[in-house]
Amino acid sequence: MTTSAGSRLRVDGLTVRFHLPGATVHAVTDAHFTVGQGECLALVGESGCGKSVMAHALLGLLPGNATITGSARLETGDASPVELIGAPERLLARTVRGRRVGLVPQSPAAHLTPVRTARAQLTEALRELGNPAPADDLAARAGLRPRDLDLYPHQLSGGMAQRVVNAIALAGDPWLVIADEPTSGLDRPLVDATMAELRRLTGEGRAVLLITHDLRAAEQVADHVAVMYAGRIVSLDLAGEFFAGPRHPYAAGLLDALPSRRFTAIPGRPPELTDLPAGCAFRPRCARADAACDDVPSMPAGAGRVACHHPLESHAAR
Amino acid sequence: MLHAEGVTVIYGRRRVLDNAGITLRPGTVTGLAGPSGCGKSTLARVLGLVQKPATGRVTIDGAEARRWRSRAGRELRIRIGLIFQQPRLAVDPRFTLREIIAEPLRATGRSPGRAGELAEEMGLTSDLLTRRPHEVSDGQLQRACVARALALRPRYVICDEMTTMLDASTQAHLVARLEAYREESGAGVLAITHDDELLARWAGAEGAIHHMGAAEPRA
Repeated sequence: MTTSAGSRLRVDGLTVRFHLPGATVHAVTDAHFTVGQGECLALVGESGCGKSVMAHALLGLLPGNATITGSARLETGDASPVELIGAPERLLARTVRGRRVGLVPQSPAAHLTPVRTARAQLTEALRELGNPAPADDLAARAGLRPRDLDLYPHQLSGGMAQRVVNAIALAGDPWLVIADEPTSGLDRPLVDATMAELRRLTGEGRAVLLITHDLRAAEQVADHVAVMYAGRIVSLDLAGEFFAGPRHPYAAGLLDALPSRRFTAIPGRPPELTDLPAGCAFRPRCARADAACDDVPSMPAGAGRVACHHPLESHAAR
Repeated sequence: MLHAEGVTVIYGRRRVLDNAGITLRPGTVTGLAGPSGCGKSTLARVLGLVQKPATGRVTIDGAEARRWRSRAGRELRIRIGLIFQQPRLAVDPRFTLREIIAEPLRATGRSPGRAGELAEEMGLTSDLLTRRPHEVSDGQLQRACVARALALRPRYVICDEMTTMLDASTQAHLVARLEAYREESGAGVLAITHDDELLARWAGAEGAIHHMGAAEPRA
């Protein structure tokens, strides 16, 4: 990987729809964000809010019934800029996936092929991506012992399986690493270690898009936090400002649900992405909602953005 | 009491559990913590009668389990509800959510009609019940798994990293539902998690918290 200061992933108006018989899933709606050189953007939200769909859209891994519009441009110093949305499969397969964008997948134990050892799978990735490094070296960087690689996926603990897929994601030395729930199933020391690994990746000049529901993990590594609700990014803040006092009522509810805080669930449940309410999608669950929320709140440009008609006061103003 | 003692489990040449034990008391939350790979899940599987240990004893309200898995005997098995970390690996992908929740009722000759009620308690709307696992989120699927685990009103519920995959709000909701069931039914709950903050909040007030080490798994 070679890098230059202007390298970035720039996502503009990314929208994903799934067409099911008799229904349309509004999985991602009008997402705008940028991840720069050496930065980590954490994308957080409840399960089913569209976080993982966003990741898969960037990699061209969505199924055939998906319609994707908008733009996601990868501009890195080591290769010509590439528009990821609508790129031909051949281009994505040969130059993007694994090489410029690595994916750390969700549910690693289910992601690995059950009938082959971890070593066989890591070695295959290295060979296919043309990386001459020995599998043991990559494994050691991910926190695995050489003998761990000789185990089959069902013999790996959740944490070990996670480290195996982390190693595979880095096999092609990508500029951008999309980590889709990389800490699920890890204990706290391993979460800390995984976050330290992501921090190390940003230190090397890579960009990290961290998709997670684990706010404690995000706090350790994120430079910016984007909160997603019902397919829309509803707030995008500097991490420090977000954790000190989020301005979107939904973001505040998520933080309050932590066991270290109030441990209370946000009332109600997220809307079906096939049947979104008119206006602000969070309105039915929001204590601050009023008639103004009949209109979908727009997302202003710039940092410290919040899409809400009645945002909470920022931490600085409290 | 759900009690295990002297439990040893060996996978190939690896001794995953060595003389481990734990006790669940009705009406209380017992916490089980420990690093990844220390054998927490294996102990949960032994307690749930789905993993036969090499040695050791499991008793359920005084009755000793002598067989395991499908041969364990219905009257013992249905006293224990199991909730796993990864709901996707814990369900039949061909079933709808309603069928998943109704399966324990159907398998024991009960009316599957209560499935709707169980789903509603978990916050699952009726339109979700006709969907199959690949059409719902992890959080929605885990809600169905909790409903399934509580369908036969177990005396003991084993929650093995039940909320690890889930967001904070869903976690708070599922734990609140388990706590409501415990208070209403007097069931004993085993809360297995490596999240110290969650464990302190869930089992901390009155429950016992066991810590398993990586080298010498003993509870």
